[in-house]
Amino acid sequence: MSPSPDPAARHQEGARHLDPARVLDVDPLLEDPKTRIVVCCGAGGVGKTTTAAALGLRAAERGRKVVVLTIDPARRLAQSMGIDSLDNTPRRVKGVDDSAGGELHAMMLDMKRTFDEIVEVHADPDRAAAILGNPFYQSLSAGFAGTQEYMAMEKLGQLRARDDWDLIVVDTPPSRSALDFLDAPKRLGSFLDGKLIRVLLAPAKVGGRAGMKFLNVGMSMMTGVLGKVLGGQFLKDVQTFVAAMDSMFGGFRTRADATYKLLQAPGTAFLVVAVPERDALREAAYFVERLAAEDMPLAGLVLNRVHGSGAERLSAERALAAAENLEDSRIVDQDDGKAGVRNSPDTQGSSDSLEPTAHPSSESAPENPGTPESADPVDERSVDRLTAGLLRLHAERMHLLAREQRTRDRFTARHPEVAVTEVAALPGDVHDLAGLRDIGARLATRRPELPEPGA
Amino acid sequence: MSRLQVVSGKGGTGKTTVAAALALALATEGKRALLVEVEGRQGIAQLFETEALPYEERKIAVAPGGGEVYALAIDPELALLDYLQMFYKLGSAGRALKKLGAIDFATTIAPGVRDVLLTGKACEAVRRKDKSGRFTYDYVVMDAPPTGRITRFLNVNDEVAGLAKVGPIHNQAQAVMRVLKSRETAVHLVTLLEEMPVQETADGTAELRAARLPVGRVIVNMVRPAVLDAAELELARGTPRTALARSLSGAGLGGARRGGHAERLVDPLLAQAEEYAERYALEEEQRAVLTDLGLPLHELPLLAEGMDLAGLYELATELRKQGIA
Repeated sequence: MSPSPDPAARHQEGARHLDPARVLDVDPLLEDPKTRIVVCCGAGGVGKTTTAAALGLRAAERGRKVVVLTIDPARRLAQSMGIDSLDNTPRRVKGVDDSAGGELHAMMLDMKRTFDEIVEVHADPDRAAAILGNPFYQSLSAGFAGTQEYMAMEKLGQLRARDDWDLIVVDTPPSRSALDFLDAPKRLGSFLDGKLIRVLLAPAKVGGRAGMKFLNVGMSMMTGVLGKVLGGQFLKDVQTFVAAMDSMFGGFRTRADATYKLLQAPGTAFLVVAVPERDALREAAYFVERLAAEDMPLAGLVLNRVHGSGAERLSAERALAAAENLEDSRIVDQDDGKAGVRNSPDTQGSSDSLEPTAHPSSESAPENPGTPESADPVDERSVDRLTAGLLRLHAERMHLLAREQRTRDRFTARHPEVAVTEVAALPGDVHDLAGLRDIGARLATRRPELPEPGA
Repeated sequence: MSRLQVVSGKGGTGKTTVAAALALALATEGKRALLVEVEGRQGIAQLFETEALPYEERKIAVAPGGGEVYALAIDPELALLDYLQMFYKLGSAGRALKKLGAIDFATTIAPGVRDVLLTGKACEAVRRKDKSGRFTYDYVVMDAPPTGRITRFLNVNDEVAGLAKVGPIHNQAQAVMRVLKSRETAVHLVTLLEEMPVQETADGTAELRAARLPVGRVIVNMVRPAVLDAAELELARGTPRTALARSLSGAGLGGARRGGHAERLVDPLLAQAEEYAERYALEEEQRAVLTDLGLPLHELPLLAEGMDLAGLYELATELRKQGIA
């Protein structure tokens, strides 16, 4: 087997990545005026926020008026977009190319504030003050499981209702499981609007309803037990809270249902975000199945942090064998470890005298007669050691590639219908518009951009 | 060594893996460890390649030297029903409560109650003794919620103090806090050498300290091997391409002439080295931030073959080698 790092072959290799799956083309999706909402969901730590921001920027620079709703952006990313202050209103992002007539607005969700605003809008000032001061309300609104999810959806509903934007891109909360994001609104809605609340408010009324007669028996005991377990004051707080909330809402469930329907509407597109790692893709597969079960429109999978190599034709095994070759040929004089890298004069001397006849450099040197580098003082031993290092680095990269490919194939086998776009891994984090623009371009290309030789 | 080891970390850092490896490491040499899951994700079952865990302690692994790892996925609803049954002998009223949504309410909506039940169950396992008066488990390892929520999760006392001022939940919270704030407990934070997780680790450490919860160690997970050092990276920038081509050719990778196989490898290999250098610099920056936290800092390698059961044992060995267990 001979190595053939032929550039043309490299492109074929790159294309092979996407062969089994459909390719997700994000530009038509972003440009289509019928696309009004894009929801980015997926496991924590896969780059959802960055993906949402990059999609928003790309859509804006292609002429759409966009708002990005982020949940928990990295500080520097938030700063670069000018949304690091939490005022719960969309702010226009500066530095966006508006030559196509688009705009980018962004906001960071403040869930307590969103909840407070609902109360303030829907209740008269006295009642609002009573609710906002209620201890139960304060705990509920300050980050209780489900509240963040609910408020994200509430905010989405509000933004959509204002109709100020062509496109809303939503980042979803880092839920402990994929379920929460879809379930929490319903759950909170059904709680605030549900049977238990009725019981707490007026036990007799529920007890009288058909099919619930058995509850009559122990009703007072039950509220008693709840009181005992949770503490009497707590129950009282809940009752006060519920009484105050009850009259002012057209029903939490109605709102939750409306948001749910909005997510199923034709203008909505879900993007599942993942990285080519087992857990993230398992979560992604689960999400794909769940969205299908809920009739939520899935546009495709964004696979972040995919690695490539400009020398894919050189296998890990060959690279390692070659590296060993380079290292073995010098074993006889190698007693100084890495210090030798810095020790040019000495190693130069010893390399001349101790290098066995098989040392490769002397053979290949004549291939470049007369080039200026041939007289370079950098000694061969250091170069060989460096070359071995580069080859080991390459082997590591190839192992990573193989692992990512295996993980990906497993997902594709399970969900061949899901269109995929891959985003090449970057060495560092993204925290400015230029970085987001770059990600946007990578999202839109049909295969990961491999590191360009010499770039 | 603290008997309750809480493992937190940002999503995606592999905290479940680290928690499982830690349980294995602690169980080595005849000890018994309980690995507790609190978020209903069944991550432990996936890791140990077994079916979903029920709400019941069951043995899932044998540690080197005859130790045992038990696992428990705590279901807050069942924990509450258990609890009610224990204290109130509710019987069918418990089922009625469940039907009414009261259990769901209490465990998912009522602030803090869920957390008290979860931490309470773990603390109970820590304190439990067998008939001979020995602790049932030498160690309890908790795969806890992520760094962003860990302080709130563990600080259940504060959480329920304003709400349940009296009653069993209140008492339970008090008892739990006594264990959590004692030397019996250590909270470890798992991170990667990346900006966001490191920032969260720093924030999480500050929060835990402010709440006077015992911060244990910082465990950097999935550390990629150092292939090239700083000197070599500098050399890579200064070495003529022709010299590298000759060296590659010498290693048997084709011709060094312009357009030869070896020569054409030089640019992509250098590009990879450049990426590596950039990442190396970023990682050094993050390592410095972590060092400044003043906590014991440990690193676990990225497993070349991906995470599987064998890898878990490998990580457990590594943890023992580093003196964590």
